[in-house]
Amino acid sequence: MKGIPILTLLTALPLVGAAISLFAGKHARAVALVTTIAALAVSLVVWTNLPPDGSIGLAERAAWVPSLGIEYHLGIDALGALMLVLSAVVTLMSVDAAHRAHHQPNLYFALVLMLEAGLFGSFTALNFFHWFLFWELSLIPAFFLIKLWGGPKRGPAATQFFVYTMAGSVALLLSFLAVYLSTGTMDFIQLTGMARLGFLEPAVKAHLGPVMLWLAIGVLAGFAVKVPLAPFHTWLPAAYSEAPSPVTMLLTGAMSKMGVYGFLRIAVPIFGPQIAQIRTPLLVLAVITVVMGAWAAAAQKDLKRVFAYSSVNHLGYCLLGIFALAVPGTSQALQTSQAAALNGVILQMFNHGITAAALFWFIAMLQERSGGEREIDHFGGLRKPAPVMAGLMGIVLFSSLGLPGLNGFVGEFLIFRGVFALSWVSASISVLGLLVTAAVILTVIQKVFTGPVPEKWAAFPDLHGGERLAMVPVIGLMLLLGILPQLVVDTVNPTVMNLLANWRFF
Amino acid sequence: MNYGDLFRVTLPETVLEIAALLVLVIDLGLLRKAALKTRAAVAVLLGEVGCGVALLTLQFQAQGGLTYPGSRDVVLAAGGSAAVAQTGLLVLTVLSLFLLIDSTFTRHVGEFVAVTLMAAAGGMLIASAQDLLVIFVGLELLSLGLYILTAFAKQSGKSAEGAMKYYLFGGMSAAFLLFGFSYLYGITGSTNLHRVMLGLYSANAAQAAPLEYLALVMIAAGLGFKVAAVPFHLWAPDAYEGAPAPGAAFIASVSKVASFALLISIGTAAWHVFDGMQGRVTISAEFHAQSGPVYLGFRSAWGELLMVMALVSMVVGNLAALAQTNVRRLLAYSAIAHAGYILLGLAFFSYGPRSGQAILYYVLTYGLTTIGAFGAVAVVERASGNADMDAFLGLSRRNPLLAAVLLVLFLSLAGIPPLVGFWAKFNLFAAVLAVYPAGFGLGLVILALAMSAVSLYYYLQVLKRAYVMPAVDTTALKANPVTLMVLVLIAAGVVALGCFPALLQGWMQSFYAGM
Amino acid sequence: MLAWTIYLSFAGALLEAILPKSKPALARGVALAVALAGLLLAVACFAANTWQTRVVLTDVPWVPWMGIRYTLAADGISIVLVLLTGLAAVAGVLFSWNIDLRTNEFFAFYLALIGGVYGVFLSYDLFLLFVFYEIAIVPKYFLIAIWGSTRREYGAMKLALYSFVGSAMVLIGLLGSYALSGGHSTGLVDLGQANLPVHFQMWAFPLVFVGFGILAGMWPFHTWAPTGHVAAPTAASMLLAGVVMKLGAYGCLRVAMGLFPRGMDPWGFSFIGIGSWRDVFAVLAVIGIVYGALVALVQSDFKFVIGYSSVSHMGFVLLGLMTLNQIGVTGAVLQMFSHGVIAGLLFAIVGRIVYERTHTRDLTELEGMYLGKRMPFAAWAFVIAGVASMGLPGFSGFVAELQVLVGSWYAKPWWTAATGVGIVVGVAYTWRALQKAFFSDRLPRPDEHPKTGWPKFDAITWPEATGVGMLLAASLFVGLYPRILLNVIEPAVRTLLAGGVR
Repeated sequence: MKGIPILTLLTALPLVGAAISLFAGKHARAVALVTTIAALAVSLVVWTNLPPDGSIGLAERAAWVPSLGIEYHLGIDALGALMLVLSAVVTLMSVDAAHRAHHQPNLYFALVLMLEAGLFGSFTALNFFHWFLFWELSLIPAFFLIKLWGGPKRGPAATQFFVYTMAGSVALLLSFLAVYLSTGTMDFIQLTGMARLGFLEPAVKAHLGPVMLWLAIGVLAGFAVKVPLAPFHTWLPAAYSEAPSPVTMLLTGAMSKMGVYGFLRIAVPIFGPQIAQIRTPLLVLAVITVVMGAWAAAAQKDLKRVFAYSSVNHLGYCLLGIFALAVPGTSQALQTSQAAALNGVILQMFNHGITAAALFWFIAMLQERSGGEREIDHFGGLRKPAPVMAGLMGIVLFSSLGLPGLNGFVGEFLIFRGVFALSWVSASISVLGLLVTAAVILTVIQKVFTGPVPEKWAAFPDLHGGERLAMVPVIGLMLLLGILPQLVVDTVNPTVMNLLANWRFF
Repeated sequence: MNYGDLFRVTLPETVLEIAALLVLVIDLGLLRKAALKTRAAVAVLLGEVGCGVALLTLQFQAQGGLTYPGSRDVVLAAGGSAAVAQTGLLVLTVLSLFLLIDSTFTRHVGEFVAVTLMAAAGGMLIASAQDLLVIFVGLELLSLGLYILTAFAKQSGKSAEGAMKYYLFGGMSAAFLLFGFSYLYGITGSTNLHRVMLGLYSANAAQAAPLEYLALVMIAAGLGFKVAAVPFHLWAPDAYEGAPAPGAAFIASVSKVASFALLISIGTAAWHVFDGMQGRVTISAEFHAQSGPVYLGFRSAWGELLMVMALVSMVVGNLAALAQTNVRRLLAYSAIAHAGYILLGLAFFSYGPRSGQAILYYVLTYGLTTIGAFGAVAVVERASGNADMDAFLGLSRRNPLLAAVLLVLFLSLAGIPPLVGFWAKFNLFAAVLAVYPAGFGLGLVILALAMSAVSLYYYLQVLKRAYVMPAVDTTALKANPVTLMVLVLIAAGVVALGCFPALLQGWMQSFYAGM
Repeated sequence: MLAWTIYLSFAGALLEAILPKSKPALARGVALAVALAGLLLAVACFAANTWQTRVVLTDVPWVPWMGIRYTLAADGISIVLVLLTGLAAVAGVLFSWNIDLRTNEFFAFYLALIGGVYGVFLSYDLFLLFVFYEIAIVPKYFLIAIWGSTRREYGAMKLALYSFVGSAMVLIGLLGSYALSGGHSTGLVDLGQANLPVHFQMWAFPLVFVGFGILAGMWPFHTWAPTGHVAAPTAASMLLAGVVMKLGAYGCLRVAMGLFPRGMDPWGFSFIGIGSWRDVFAVLAVIGIVYGALVALVQSDFKFVIGYSSVSHMGFVLLGLMTLNQIGVTGAVLQMFSHGVIAGLLFAIVGRIVYERTHTRDLTELEGMYLGKRMPFAAWAFVIAGVASMGLPGFSGFVAELQVLVGSWYAKPWWTAATGVGIVVGVAYTWRALQKAFFSDRLPRPDEHPKTGWPKFDAITWPEATGVGMLLAASLFVGLYPRILLNVIEPAVRTLLAGGVR
């Protein structure tokens, strides 16, 4: 494995696939499937080749624009690798779900593959320049996917999505520019090192004055829009519901994770003390995100909007965990809690990604078979005509709820375990979110699957063979990770300890 | 001095006169019955031969020129700027005679050529004259010839009108000139330019200052008329419009060369007398050095006069040209503007040959370009009956070669590199700034450049009609092959001299070597 | 060898002028061959040399008694701009493939213009530079006046006169420095070493800078640009925005800043924060950036949007020049290259691909034409060109703008803030134009578009596709591998900043 630039290859693979599918016409979906399967294979290879001590491995470096501190620097640890696998899986599921022939499939799949390339690139980048490149690169395909294949209100939804994310990106860029001007480097590893040793803030103060907190806020704002964190979330419901469901899978399954990853790789390591300074307001926002997300989900009538808000809620747990662990100190208890919370966050990223993607896959199936129906109340009793679908979707829904034994539980459990020790107030209030989410999901199950079957759904087609084949591995994975989470945790934990060791909160 | 010397020094003029008479005789005698075309061809040929021989004889002029009997003062200069001017003059005469071929405005071609040659002889005289009376004689010879040439197109009312205005105006200006000369004689007691200057510098002249200024103004008026400077320019548009093409070309080129050569002589004489280094008046060893207070008043007055005339000519000429719809009148106003630029060079005249060279370079190349321009305009005129701007519509389709020639020539007049007009302007302005780098000098150069920008506009108007706007009449425009060939040659010359300015400048330098 | 780019272009122009009118294909072929030859020469010479120092190509006396020599030389800055010219020339020929009216004359003027531009970039004698600069004016006039569209005669005359006035100002500076340095030479190196008096430099610098700045689209002398761009035919707009405006910026750098560096010194007093000519021009540049962007935001004519965006982007270049530090000036030169390519691309798409087929440039009219579906090539090419113009990382504009930003921060921080505004508005107007023209919200989804009822658009021709591909590839290549150009620009800029032209 040494010597082969596998990370570059991984990122280049979907780009090549995108170029081919542009010219593939009707066969674009096949090309996309092949590419995503290949990408999944490569990402698994990466996962199995991680350095066992949790540090960053498989590094690739090359000078790029030395005068601006820009270097082509790639590297991966368990966090990044997990995200790579997640992106690959989610994209594969998304491509699979998009089998209805809609217009311009060649363009559609090319954009999807470009999005995947953007995801891969941002999860492996270790220098701001090309990290930002891929961050922006993922924005364009997402915009067009919503705009050209979306629902009736797709125009404003796409524009809002674009504007919000762009504004966040500008804040990010300006803050990083300021950091570069103070330190002369754009490398994440170097900046983390400087922050850990306490040199970063004095350097910024010397060059620019006491603006470190503002720079931190700028960076946080950029990621807060992406995850999203309340109150920057208002773009999300419109975008998720207007986008075609396969695209929503990508948005919620993978793109939102870019934001959380950004927190973990960039914001917290470099601006740790500043985050610790404003921890309380951040926790408040995270709690609001959790609770508001759940309450709003309860109030929705449109299936897609329900789960859009539910995504907000689930990602709120990640942010809760991240902000909660921003506490200076070295006691054993603290470290245990922090480790628990961080493990939980990372697992939640992965699990929620899979779960949410699967959820929207099922919603896509429902829409397709019902002729575009999305209102919860218009469904009913689908358990009878489509038992397999009801069963499988039920599993996914329960995972989203956080039922022990399914993968959704593990992450949330670990997060709460950590957060209770770190900030019991936030944890207590967030439990409300858990309860409301449970209520929402049970309501959905009840309204969609149980109860009397309306006439029009009597002949509701069930999942056929190919679709079952596509979903069974995913469901299996959910069960597996629910029962044997150590399969993942064993690899993630060393990275978690490494990250925590490099972070400084005072 | 003896008549042998006189003959030798005025050999070129003599040759021209003989050629003129020969043309008359042969045309009236031998070719009485021949067709117009033949007669024209023969007359032109004889004229060209005459000019050619005159050119050859220029080589044999005595060094140092012709002196007064019993004195070392020079009456007729030879070598230096005089030789350059005379050579240029003859070449321009040759070219303007070519425009006579295939023309239909008169049957009296022999007379036309003869008058042209005689006027050229007058011009030659002016170019080398260093004595006020000789200057006047030459000026009259030139002017009378030009009046006749302007009136030659008997069928055209405009020709008569233009000639009348030219004649009346010219006669008056000649009177002014003579009056001024007489005052100069009265003040200084001599008619030799250098003696006059010497006298003007002396303390005596200081007492006669008012008379002196009057004389200067008179002379400025007279010479200003000749070069068509504002406010003595009013004859120019009508004369240029009315005169037949070869005549107009001749007026625009040859008479300008002669007049400016004269002004250069005056300027050189003025400088020649005053040695700034020693702070007193010395000329050459032949003249006695005079010590004592030196009166410079007249020199700055002369310079100021020229400066004002230059300023007004540049501005009025360019601005008035903007409003013209007849290309001949446009060329007339542009001639006024160019006269303004040259007068600028004369207003800031340098010690040493630099200014003189720059001015001669400008006026010679301008003359070349103008002859070409008038030739091209004449071709279009012949085909469409008038010289309005609209006659040029679609020229690039009707006769691409002619349009290309027009493009080259007009752009050269505007001062676009790499054409020779650009070099001429650059050279001239560099010479002006070398003399007076700040204040007025700089300001006037800036004004001149601004006016050049304005001139680009109206030249582009004509070119726009030729190239851009759609044609009204799309039939091909026939031009006489000889005329076209001459025009192409002129255009090629403009381009070549522009790309390799060393050619002309180097040649000019060689004349100054001995000075 | 590099000098042959000039000679070939002029020879090509002459050849075009005498080609028969009945064979436009021949004219096109000759033009493409000549342009391509120029580009290949430029690339070959670029690759053959490290460009760490100046390379003299020709140095012969021209007008000896005035000290004027025919000196052609190139350093890193020159070769980058020559490359740009080569690219733009070939692309322009490709995008003019459909011109049927007086084809050979079109290409004759076109190649003459290209020759003049090559000449300016390669001249190392101030007088020669001026001559080539003037030579480039006349072909511009005819290209716009004969083959242009909206108000072409007015636009052409305005452009010609503005250029001429600008060059007149430069001429005065030239004459002045020539006279004050003793009148021995007009070589750039000689004049640079002549130690011209400070008070002279104090007025010569702004004069010459403004003279060149007019052509560079410096606010408030930029008004020829939008009119001219809209009036010009596509190839001419591409050249105007892509290359000719860079002539002005190059002159500002090489001549004004290189010969009169003391002219940028502080005056000794300051007025609302402006204490030197450098401050003045930096403020004008910033105004240009913001003004150009804001005005582009409200235009209804597609080409005007691009025209004003050119004014805005050139403001970046001028600001970068005024930072007077290594990184800012390097960024400015890179931005010259980047914007040259991208602006050419944008004009090509709007003018050649869209306008030729739809015969309208009004955004509201275009909005109703379902162009996203009916002209996918144009739409997506514009998307890519648009994001490149916005400064997306991965394209050449990002590194250039970043360097200018960093440079301006080192110079005067508040310039950076104002520039940031310009970038943000830049995103806005590009996005607006993109949305309105190709992907309007008012239209139904592409699969719901009416399928019948409009005439079919002509397919994208091979010259159009090649041209677009070439320019995109250039921007992408430089965006991903900027060091290829930065390596040659940086030494040249260092020398220039250290001691003027030496």
